[in-house]
Amino acid sequence: MLLTLTSTAADATDLGYLLHKHPDRVQAFDLPVGKAHVFYPEASDDRCTVALLLEVDPIGLVRGRRFGGDGFALSQYVNDRPYAASSMLAVALGRVFRTALQGRCAARPELETRSLPLVVHVPALPCGGDPDLVERLFRPLGWQVSTVTGPLDPEVPEWGRSPYVDVTLTGDVVLSQALGHLYVLLPVLDGAKHYWVTNDEVDKLVRTAGGWLHDHPERDLITRRYLAHQQRYVTDATERLAALDDGSPDAVIDPGAAAAGAGPIATASVPAPGSQPDISATEPTMPTMPTMPKEPEGTSSTEVAVPLRQHRQDAVLTALRDVGARRVADLGCGEGALLARLLSDPSFTQVLGVDVSPRELDRATRRLGLDRLSDSQRARLTLRQSSLTYRDAALAGFDAVVLMEVIEHVDLDRLPALEANVFSHARPGAVVVTTPNADHNPLYERLATGTRRHPDHRFEWGRTEFAGWVETVGRRFGYSAELRPVGGVHPELGAPTQFALFRRDSGAAAGAA
Amino acid sequence: MTQIGIPQLCLVALVGASGSGKSTFAAEHFGRFEVISSDFCRGLVADDENDQSASKDAFDVLGYIAGKRLAAGRLTVVDATNVTKEARRQLVELAKAHDVLPVAIVLDVPASVASERNRSRPDRDFGPHVVKRHTDQLRRSLKGLGREGFRKVHVLSGVEAIDAAEVVREKLLNDHRDQHGPFDVIGDVHGCRSELESLLETLGYIIERDERGRPVDASHPGRRTVVFVGDLVDRGPDSPGVLRLAMGMTAAGHALAVPGNHEHKLVRALDGRNVQVSHGLETTLDQLAEEGEEFRAAVREWCYSLVSHLVLDDGWLVVAHAGLKEAYHGRASGRVRSFALYGDTTGETDEFGLPVRYPWAGDYRGLAMVLYGHTPTPVPEWVNNTLCLDTGAVFGGHLTALRYPEKQVVQVAAERVWYEPAKPFPTAGQTSGATAGRTTDDANGTVVTGRGEDELDLTDVLGKRVVETAYHGRISIRAEHAAGALEVMSRFALHPRWLPYLPPTMSPVATSSRNGILEHPDEAFAYFAEVDVPTVVCEEKHMGSRAVLLVCRDAETAARRFGATAGESGAVYTRTGRSFLARELTEQLLQRVRAGIESASLWDELDTDWVLLDAELLPWSLKAGPLLREQYAAVGAAARASLPVAVATLESARARGLDVDELLTRTTERAVNAAAFTAAYRPYVWSVDGLDGVRVAPFQLLASEGRTGHDHDHLWHLGVIDRIVTADPVTFRATRRVVVDLASQGSRDKATRWWEELTASGGEGMVVKPLGNLTRTRKGLVQPGLKVRGREYLRIIYGPDYTSPANLARLRSRNLGHKRSLALREYALGLESLERLTRVEPLWRVHEPVFAVLAMESEPIDPRL
Repeated sequence: MLLTLTSTAADATDLGYLLHKHPDRVQAFDLPVGKAHVFYPEASDDRCTVALLLEVDPIGLVRGRRFGGDGFALSQYVNDRPYAASSMLAVALGRVFRTALQGRCAARPELETRSLPLVVHVPALPCGGDPDLVERLFRPLGWQVSTVTGPLDPEVPEWGRSPYVDVTLTGDVVLSQALGHLYVLLPVLDGAKHYWVTNDEVDKLVRTAGGWLHDHPERDLITRRYLAHQQRYVTDATERLAALDDGSPDAVIDPGAAAAGAGPIATASVPAPGSQPDISATEPTMPTMPTMPKEPEGTSSTEVAVPLRQHRQDAVLTALRDVGARRVADLGCGEGALLARLLSDPSFTQVLGVDVSPRELDRATRRLGLDRLSDSQRARLTLRQSSLTYRDAALAGFDAVVLMEVIEHVDLDRLPALEANVFSHARPGAVVVTTPNADHNPLYERLATGTRRHPDHRFEWGRTEFAGWVETVGRRFGYSAELRPVGGVHPELGAPTQFALFRRDSGAAAGAA
Repeated sequence: MTQIGIPQLCLVALVGASGSGKSTFAAEHFGRFEVISSDFCRGLVADDENDQSASKDAFDVLGYIAGKRLAAGRLTVVDATNVTKEARRQLVELAKAHDVLPVAIVLDVPASVASERNRSRPDRDFGPHVVKRHTDQLRRSLKGLGREGFRKVHVLSGVEAIDAAEVVREKLLNDHRDQHGPFDVIGDVHGCRSELESLLETLGYIIERDERGRPVDASHPGRRTVVFVGDLVDRGPDSPGVLRLAMGMTAAGHALAVPGNHEHKLVRALDGRNVQVSHGLETTLDQLAEEGEEFRAAVREWCYSLVSHLVLDDGWLVVAHAGLKEAYHGRASGRVRSFALYGDTTGETDEFGLPVRYPWAGDYRGLAMVLYGHTPTPVPEWVNNTLCLDTGAVFGGHLTALRYPEKQVVQVAAERVWYEPAKPFPTAGQTSGATAGRTTDDANGTVVTGRGEDELDLTDVLGKRVVETAYHGRISIRAEHAAGALEVMSRFALHPRWLPYLPPTMSPVATSSRNGILEHPDEAFAYFAEVDVPTVVCEEKHMGSRAVLLVCRDAETAARRFGATAGESGAVYTRTGRSFLARELTEQLLQRVRAGIESASLWDELDTDWVLLDAELLPWSLKAGPLLREQYAAVGAAARASLPVAVATLESARARGLDVDELLTRTTERAVNAAAFTAAYRPYVWSVDGLDGVRVAPFQLLASEGRTGHDHDHLWHLGVIDRIVTADPVTFRATRRVVVDLASQGSRDKATRWWEELTASGGEGMVVKPLGNLTRTRKGLVQPGLKVRGREYLRIIYGPDYTSPANLARLRSRNLGHKRSLALREYALGLESLERLTRVEPLWRVHEPVFAVLAMESEPIDPRL
């Protein structure tokens, strides 16, 4: 990957002093990310260009396992890292031009703070298909930005444009500042960081960008992107199996945007490539995360204060209290948003969280701070893996079972298995089911007509379909059901979420002959 | 010698004071591990056999060990004083918990003898008052032992009696394992004497009649034995006649019988107990009233004598009226009897107010076949190796028998509706929808291949598991791998009924040391020659995605054989069980495959109405579009954008006289490699509209009804498939192939040239397989195939620059051992699932190895191999 920086100042070769690299020498540096070469393709008094060329060794990346990948992702050898200006180039920049980045120049101290007419050229800059972003990031810092985008593959025109832009930045900028901009913003533009983010990163960010980040209009985006990838870069089984099916490497897990906790059996593993996020569950679950997109609340914007997810949980808890449930199982608990609320109410003496995804259970374990709970709290909670399409004897004997935003993630032809497992085998005193109301979907502006709220939803029912299902299931298994609206009710299209509370008929108690 | 009889499987409580000689008695009459002594358990937990303060913990340990033994069906003797009621109560509970009979053997010796013995043992210095107390407690207990729940009580009074005793182990009443049939197991008769006679005659029995023409016995010239599943009486026109025949047959040794709930109630009614006379009992009582007192007494005795269930044929066959779960086979307890007579209920009531029976058969995972009646069903359907034979003869349905071990159903139709059921009873002829097509021909003995409401249990797949395979022994699945597969199987895969098979991973050939390449045919030939395979076939590796096609002749076949519920006629799925296409497109594709099979007349030739095909589905971009776009094309685009600029920049530097020659050469080479990389992925991409552009290249016929494909050689498979291809060359693509005689260098060279030409023109490579298909040698299973991938194709696997000498040198050190072993295990699991499928085993049995393949694939292993 390549970056060139040109000065057209008088005595342009002073650039060599500022960078501490002699224009007539070719230098190479062995860095953890690869081999960096610094040379000057031109060096005259009125124009001097330095080139930083980083040779990345993708095989070394995999074999060395230095950068967090476990070597079992097919994507590793076939990788844009050797070509695109990524966070690796930023690392190389920081190492090779460290002194210049700090703005020190013993030989020409008067140049340390002087603005120079500079041109930066990055021929392949990843921008996630959003060339505007380059403009938004660099323009406020005093750069004129020009970008050229080529086709992804000239022989396959239907694939559209390349996600890489050829960028030229022109401006009168202090050299150390210019390097600082690149050092911070290259990783921001590059979606995937190649190394673990630690607390040091925050310090680095403040140190490098302290002067200009505060007033940058895209400050939040920069901070979030720079620091947000705090996910464990561990390839788990689900990813490996997705890879078997030739799923694209980023399709399985999008660490930055993991919209979690809406309660599907596994939310984060789901989004298909190019899919829209789950608009019914995109608010942040981690309080430390910076701003995330807000959930649209239908047409009544005044109600935005309480997200729908909160309404749903409230409704579930109300129903559980209505039936006097003490032993509760949350099936498809995800990372445990509802479990946390159940735990905070001591009247729920036994709480079981079940999910099919080991990864989600890991998250729940961390999120609920299982290791830090007191013995008495800990004794109330069990987390275990299970599947709703396989029978599970351990689900029997609960006062209530919650299926919050779960059924729509199950294929229709496997729903009978779920029904039998919950209503016949587990057979709790009560069952709470919530699911989106498809009738309500036209109120979501961002949702194209006929599409569903989440790409993993296998179906979304309108009120008639849901009521029909509730009625059938209740009759077949001996439960009486009550429907309740959740969220703001639209006069014609109903509430955004449908909700059913099933109570087991007393005449049909388990064990009765 | 006094013989004291105890059941072969029971919990024996020795009862006697300290010093009464229990341990000596136990050592003499029972095996070393059969006896658990409380003293020993005290020693285990407290280092002191006589530490009475440890008694509670010691009993916990004792109970745990005894429980494990009883659960495994092993006779267990508890050597403790057991002189208190409380101590014995715990043992009776333990026996009941494992459904075995509790037996007490009391060693009653004079206190003086016991004390004297204790005096001679230094560790028992607790004085004569303890023995006296024991003896008093024992004496007080003696009378009540039977009431406490001991089914047999043997009291040995005095030293001489104890010395003279001999323990004899008796078979349980339900233990008929030494009877091997063949059997004809007959479902609920309910007084339908005439239908029973017809059925017996259809089965080939010769009926004997008394002077009044009433049937009193029936025997089979082939020495077959009838087993009645109970409910011989009530509702029907001639319960006494049925009883007379059945009683005569059992007396003559021509039949066995288990009681049904109706016999159970009849006994109580005949005994004058207060029972509700309904459900047809009134009919029987009226009919019996016309018989003599003697006959009624004989009926009462006969019904009373019936044992709740029978274990036959070395344990391979179990007969009980309402069925029996595996844990109860060969056991004896109140709840075993109750289950056998009445079955389980879910607690639900149906729309007619009748209790819904708990579908215990769905849980059944035993290897023994269980035959039963009790719940009338229109058509007998296998559920997990169990079959209900009550087909509602008295309601106008059929009287059904199963020939064992032939597994043939034999039926006669009811002459009329003898009794109006509480809810409408759909007879076989009237069924529609889901049960359509599952009928069997009356009385001509077709094998029932329909499947029941099999449900899968989490314990069928989760946790550490061992799968027994026919070709590779026991294969272990680690718990964490199973956990990894569960999510994919539950959320993304098709319903398991559509996934009777998942393809195994395939190993690449050993790494070549030739210049500039990583894989070469030589190593494949060498591997197979080494394991004495004389001939191999090289098959072109299609540039698509692996696909399995389950194709049924029609939707009805799919419903009957695979339990389709929504009119599907098959499935087309990926290596991890996902559907390739949307439902409608799948059906369209299946229709094309069917047409091909039809015009090749394969249904008849293979005598089947479904086939399972192993294939490649093209283009690769159909499934891997996002991967190609976001990974491969993106890398190409980034390289195209940056490398030419880098070359130009380096050229400027060189023009200035800087020494960048080496770097420039390398960068120029990389630009060439990047172009080659882009050229390598492009043949995998073409656009598809609906099915237009979709190609299927089948290369093996995995299974069809009753047979698996792995015993046919590959040329047979390809020959059959060529006929399908000929029928529709647009949809199907033939597989080019070369047969290689490994003994001939010329033959090898020819195949190598073929591979070189194939891969030079953009082909992916080839798979080398033993021509004879499934091959085993003394050393075990041989790899079913090795892939030899082309030089350019490997660029999209190992990266654009993999061909540089430095990179190749590093890539050559790739470890194939694990991959090879995995490939063999997955291959064996695949064969196992196919064999289970063709043997019409229950869904959980077919699913077990299929899930195991997926679990193995979740193992971390270099995906480039």
